[in-house]
Amino acid sequence: MSTNKPAPDCREPELGGAGAIGDEVVSRAATVIASGWSSAPEPLSIEMSRTGRRGFYLPALDVPDGEDHLPGEMRRAKAPAWPEMSENEVVRHFIRLSAMNHHVDKALYPLGSCTMKYNPKMNEVAARMPGLAGLHPLQPAETIQGALELMWMLERQLAAVSGFDAVSLQPSAGAQGELTGLMVIRAWHESRGEGEMRKRVLLPDSAHGTNPASVTLNGYVTEELKSDESGRVDLDTLEHALGEDVACLMITNPNTLGLFEPNIDRICELVHAAGGLVYMDGANLNALMGIVRPAEVGVDVMHFNLHKTFSTPHGGGGPGAGPIGVTTDLEPFLPVPRVHRDEGDGEAGHDRFDLEWDRPSSIGKVHASFGNFGVLVRAWTYIRALGSDGLADVSRAAVINANYLLSKVTDHYHLPYSDRCMHEFVLSGCLQKSQHGVATTDIAKRLLDYGFYAPTVYFPLIVPEAIMIEPTETETRESLDLYAQALIEIARAAGEDPDLVREAPHNTPVRRPDEVQAAKFPDLRWRV
Amino acid sequence: MRFTPSGPDEQLELLSEIGVDRFEDLLEGVPVHLRMDTPIPLPEGISEMEVLNEIGALAAKNRGTAELTGFAGGGAYDHFIPSAIDSLISRSEFTTAYTPYQSEVSQGTLQVIYEFQSLVAELMGMDVANASLYDGAHAVAEAMLLAHASRGADTILVSAGLNPHFMKVLETYAAGLPIELRTIPLSSDGRTDAAALKEALVEPVAGFILAQPNFYGCLEDAAGLTEIVKASGEKKPPLVIGSVYPMSLGLIAPPGEWGADVATAEGQSLGLPLSLGGPYLGLFACRDEYLRRQPGRIIGRTLDRDGRESYVLTLQTREQHIRRQKATSNICTNQGLCAAWSTVYMTLLGPGGLREVAHHCSRKAAWLAGLLREIPGVELTFPDTPFFNEFTLSLPADAGGVLRRLADRGWLGGIDLKRFGGDMPGDLLVAVTERRSREEIDAFASVFADAVTGGTGA
Repeated sequence: MSTNKPAPDCREPELGGAGAIGDEVVSRAATVIASGWSSAPEPLSIEMSRTGRRGFYLPALDVPDGEDHLPGEMRRAKAPAWPEMSENEVVRHFIRLSAMNHHVDKALYPLGSCTMKYNPKMNEVAARMPGLAGLHPLQPAETIQGALELMWMLERQLAAVSGFDAVSLQPSAGAQGELTGLMVIRAWHESRGEGEMRKRVLLPDSAHGTNPASVTLNGYVTEELKSDESGRVDLDTLEHALGEDVACLMITNPNTLGLFEPNIDRICELVHAAGGLVYMDGANLNALMGIVRPAEVGVDVMHFNLHKTFSTPHGGGGPGAGPIGVTTDLEPFLPVPRVHRDEGDGEAGHDRFDLEWDRPSSIGKVHASFGNFGVLVRAWTYIRALGSDGLADVSRAAVINANYLLSKVTDHYHLPYSDRCMHEFVLSGCLQKSQHGVATTDIAKRLLDYGFYAPTVYFPLIVPEAIMIEPTETETRESLDLYAQALIEIARAAGEDPDLVREAPHNTPVRRPDEVQAAKFPDLRWRV
Repeated sequence: MRFTPSGPDEQLELLSEIGVDRFEDLLEGVPVHLRMDTPIPLPEGISEMEVLNEIGALAAKNRGTAELTGFAGGGAYDHFIPSAIDSLISRSEFTTAYTPYQSEVSQGTLQVIYEFQSLVAELMGMDVANASLYDGAHAVAEAMLLAHASRGADTILVSAGLNPHFMKVLETYAAGLPIELRTIPLSSDGRTDAAALKEALVEPVAGFILAQPNFYGCLEDAAGLTEIVKASGEKKPPLVIGSVYPMSLGLIAPPGEWGADVATAEGQSLGLPLSLGGPYLGLFACRDEYLRRQPGRIIGRTLDRDGRESYVLTLQTREQHIRRQKATSNICTNQGLCAAWSTVYMTLLGPGGLREVAHHCSRKAAWLAGLLREIPGVELTFPDTPFFNEFTLSLPADAGGVLRRLADRGWLGGIDLKRFGGDMPGDLLVAVTERRSREEIDAFASVFADAVTGGTGA
């Protein structure tokens, strides 16, 4: 029997006419075949919408139905153009999209200044416990005693790590922590009658962009300090810039070059002597735990990035949390409410926790409730599990890993500053650029071909063609070696086959989307 | 617990590869006198098993929605969350990535946020939306800043119907800037006093902030108030800024339909757990005119080198990492994953689902209000004003005591308005969502009657 013949009950497909496969599907099939599922463009959900499909069902309405008690003119005239899809389609859509992401659970994600460490899964279990995820923010305090206790403890955990006297958990992200800290500084100067005269904020030219942006939002003006040839704050420059109009210095330590400011105590003394305060950007705290406590070297205010140092997942851009620590003098100005403990005042002699609102010096509120509570739960879990010894081990291993990776690649890239670093280091692609016309962007894109994420690039601004690498403590030696190997091969390819690098990436779902066009002709939403 | 793969022996090997003998040799830049000479003053680490027991014990000291049947709103609502959301959003591909700087390996996040912007813009009836802000309070604060930057005036008018905690955030953000906040009071019907608004507009004003529904549940004549504002200016009238409850928009006119320039919202009701107030989701949408003044991240669609549709972070020249002190905001990390949550939620619901949930909320709230107002001494504070799913009650007894008695019987009965201090109209704010069955509503109403009279009920 010939195998070419269809089985008796198998009909020839009818082409054309009713039930034909649409052009859309034919072209999609072709795209999928050509590129494979993982890099086939995914249609927008709205393009998959079919009238009448649904992915959500409610129980039957069990109270009397009828016209809603709403006046006609208040009613919505036009329904939103949202897709209509079944649950299965919705799930497939987002699963296919997810496959196009690089993420730290897949491989190294050495984005400098972002501390992309492994996010323990126990944190997720903790945050999803119904006794934590199911709390309404305006519940009476007696019904949220465990949550208040957790926040009270987290404040003390962060204080123990940093040396500060008091902590507010309210800011939602590092940048909001900066702003909140600056507001506290402003309130302090105002309380001393110096609010009007002190509006200038000094910051090194290596500062994160959020620093100067936060300064402006606080009604202050920035003044940049040029770093010295070792990449640190220059004491003479600082002294020269200080004056009675300076509200504070904002400093990152270790700085964005991954270098510790060895004169930090002297810097703080100088600023204090001039009547100013010192704000520290705590983005790089992952380098310092168990080594230096910022409050002990003279810093007055610092924000923590719980999503960096304390392992809460970065969520494709957030949520994070940006608590701030302050000295005793600044504590009265922290946002309200404060969590207050009455020892042994609760049921059966347990501690009782309450919310303190009546704080006349407080700057107010920066979040409608307590901040990103679910993120706080994760950070508490992490800190409790690691403990004193574990946190110190984190910073030790982070510094070792960074120095190990640096030692492997230092012969292949220009290293503008010290050959010893803290938790991260900054290379420059200037040799590749000047000798082979291969830019740092090209190097970054080529790294994607190796299955890694690129480092932070073109930052800090004081390093031309900057490549800022933070491997974190959770990487193995093998993964660091692989990354080093990729960087070395790319440096070699820049000389031998520069087009290979300049044309990169080659193996990703898309290749160099046109950012100029995107900004020139903004297409920011679907239109139906 | 340890999540560092390298133990002490391996660390020694790494150190020797680096070319040093001891870890301390790497700390040459850290002066010895600045280093800690004692361990971090915290307990030693514990195992995963122990930490989960401890956090479980803390969780057990709370009484959440699993234990208390909820009628509390005030900006955070107990809506049903479909199972598919957590299943998708808990995937590492979404949770353990960061801001999509390298677009080639971040198309998943980027397209999700593009869809989010589309869904939000459609929901609000506005031209464009950004990629999320921290929460509803922060969103309205950023709108205030945008209005101030767009107009030559320093005064921002705020309806007294705005959530008092949002108001507090506005005041905090405004304190360091030349912004003057002026409150427009409510009339006796619980809605913004139109005459007072008209009067305030005699002076130069940059913006007017209106909550719809307002904090007391009252539905405002948003179109009418907007018309008053738009009629006031000469060439460039003040911006009208809405702060809305997304779920209500299944039934009620969105800011775009009443003529607002900026629409903001707390997005928690779109599929996010209550989680004691965060992480939540600030929604921010506006008219095209203000596109380049928007705060935060924005995703755009473009073509890649091979002509494929692709998505990128765009309009970045507004942002802090480029513009530094001249940026339109200081936002870096936002609420990306929360935006993804709400994207899945909105996609599952579709326009029909949204309308249905809103309809159920509204009918059930009307039913409960009808039962409660029958209780002697209990009154709707604004009996003639339409509401969506939330209303204010005046009680013959202290609301705090009533709530305690209700909590003893397993009910989260609403929000005691006294907790906000100041002159709040009414005593108790009660909200009803689609999650509450008629059986629960009826039982609640009958327990409520007892709780008001101080009895423990039968």
